[in-house]
Amino acid sequence: MATETEKMIIAASRLLPEDGAVYVGTGMPLLASVLALKTHAPDLLLVYEGGGVGGKPTGRLPIQVSESLTYENGVTVGSMDYVMSLAQAGWIQYGFLGGAQIDAYGNLNTTVIGDWEHPKVRLPGSGGGADIASLCEKNIIIMRQDRRKFVEQLDFLTSPGYFTGPGEREKRGLPANTGPYRVITQIGIYGFHPETKRMTLLELFQGQTLDAVQENSSFAIDIADDWKYAEEPTEEELETLHALDRDGIVLG
Amino acid sequence: MTTVKENTFLYGWEHPDKMREYRKNNKSMAKKDKRTTLKEAVARGVKEGDYIVFGGMGSVRNPIAAVHEIIRQGIGNLTIGTKGSQHDWQLLAAAGNVTNAEVSYGFADEVRGLSLPARRAVESGRLKVLSETTNAAFQWRFTAAAKGLPFYPTRSSLGTDTLTYSGSKTIIDPFTKEPIELLPACYPDVAIIHVHRADKYGNCQIDGNIAEDIEIAHAAKFVIITAEQIVPDEVIESDPAQTKIPYFTVDAVVEVPYGSHPNQVPRLYSFDEDHWQEWLDASITEETTEEYLDKYIYSSNDFYDYLEKIGGVRVLRQLENIEKKLAPYPTVARRRG
Repeated sequence: MATETEKMIIAASRLLPEDGAVYVGTGMPLLASVLALKTHAPDLLLVYEGGGVGGKPTGRLPIQVSESLTYENGVTVGSMDYVMSLAQAGWIQYGFLGGAQIDAYGNLNTTVIGDWEHPKVRLPGSGGGADIASLCEKNIIIMRQDRRKFVEQLDFLTSPGYFTGPGEREKRGLPANTGPYRVITQIGIYGFHPETKRMTLLELFQGQTLDAVQENSSFAIDIADDWKYAEEPTEEELETLHALDRDGIVLG
Repeated sequence: MTTVKENTFLYGWEHPDKMREYRKNNKSMAKKDKRTTLKEAVARGVKEGDYIVFGGMGSVRNPIAAVHEIIRQGIGNLTIGTKGSQHDWQLLAAAGNVTNAEVSYGFADEVRGLSLPARRAVESGRLKVLSETTNAAFQWRFTAAAKGLPFYPTRSSLGTDTLTYSGSKTIIDPFTKEPIELLPACYPDVAIIHVHRADKYGNCQIDGNIAEDIEIAHAAKFVIITAEQIVPDEVIESDPAQTKIPYFTVDAVVEVPYGSHPNQVPRLYSFDEDHWQEWLDASITEETTEEYLDKYIYSSNDFYDYLEKIGGVRVLRQLENIEKKLAPYPTVARRRG
């Protein structure tokens, strides 16, 4: 039986195209992207905030988005300016995001829990998160799901989802036809309804229930009419995944 | 969208003409030997209350030796720009030298976990977050400064709280007639950048990613270079295309081998995972954090002293071998508890 973390990473990996570019962070996004590279997407271009483009790391996975492995066997290496400009100019279709809180429209908080002036918990901040959320075409959000994380109202809107519905990104000046694409949690895979831009269940992981979807969210989640169970990870995917993270840095 | 907000969250900005004047009066094209000691460079360049930024990104190619020296000299009340910053500024936060921060990324070490000393500092009120921003926005604030412009436009982060709590302003772009964000130029008082090699005048070569170091060097009022190696003039002159930072932006040059330890310098040496684990374990409580600072920084005469304490040549050579893949990578250090 695959673990929840394994299922989440493999589901993310399957979303990545055979040839496209993806903005990756360390941890689960990187494992998902390199897994895609090693399985169905040999021409997937990995882009890192530190400036690395197209690296194909060997031996171990990068633990920092600016370290030398991010451009090992790569295409080019430049600056923050270069890679962020690539995203702003539309070269990078996919991005990965996570967060401490998410709302029904895929807006994310990675800044503070509580009041900004006197935070209860200080989180890392935007980093490149708000940039990726703004500038990449399709963003994949990976995070664990519970009622504290899936909230009606964010404590702080760090990175843009669809704000309050369709057309709201464009109204604020963000590039057209961009936004959150999928949310992957330990329970299932969600998309955003084309008319409401609200989070909608598309696939449920085996062993999970439709009740769990709602029980673990403070906002109402729609269920797609044609929802289905996610395909189980294959042996090949699991083996490749574990070979990439032998020390269990991400997989545990 | 038509109302432009007040400058509540604006820091580090100057009128471009003021900075043209500053450069005229303070920077020079004279090729002077700028080599000095780390102690002298920090004493001369870093003043109480300064706005400071460090080169490199995350925990890669950061001027850790200079950070130690700032801590030893007790220079306080610093404002830091945490532009995707990790270990460098978190050490300063742990030691209490920074009291204000403009934050894009600042309270974690990526896969290693959240930074407890930096979080304790802000949650206890010892450190005030002045403003929020993003990694791209910080880069482009330095880009504006380097280009002699008052601002740099971007389509990133429009409509977010991140921008509400930043110094930027939204206007209507006269071309598209749509909203666009103007990021204010940022001129730090002092920048410290660690490079692979430099000549005695301050011309610098950096291998691998350059993060936003070129722009920072051109934006900051005072620039300290710490270099793994000071090289003969011919090394720079024979390949000018490799010069990422030109000498006329630089005020002081110091040779500091292994100056980024325990962080990585690409192609030279790896992260020191054993030392990282020691720091992460120590950083869990205030008391053990203080013990770490005492053992490795306050009681060290200089960075050479520190390098002996972490294991000397034997450990440093091993880190070089790991980076060259001549030795296996050890277990990655992570926060425990």
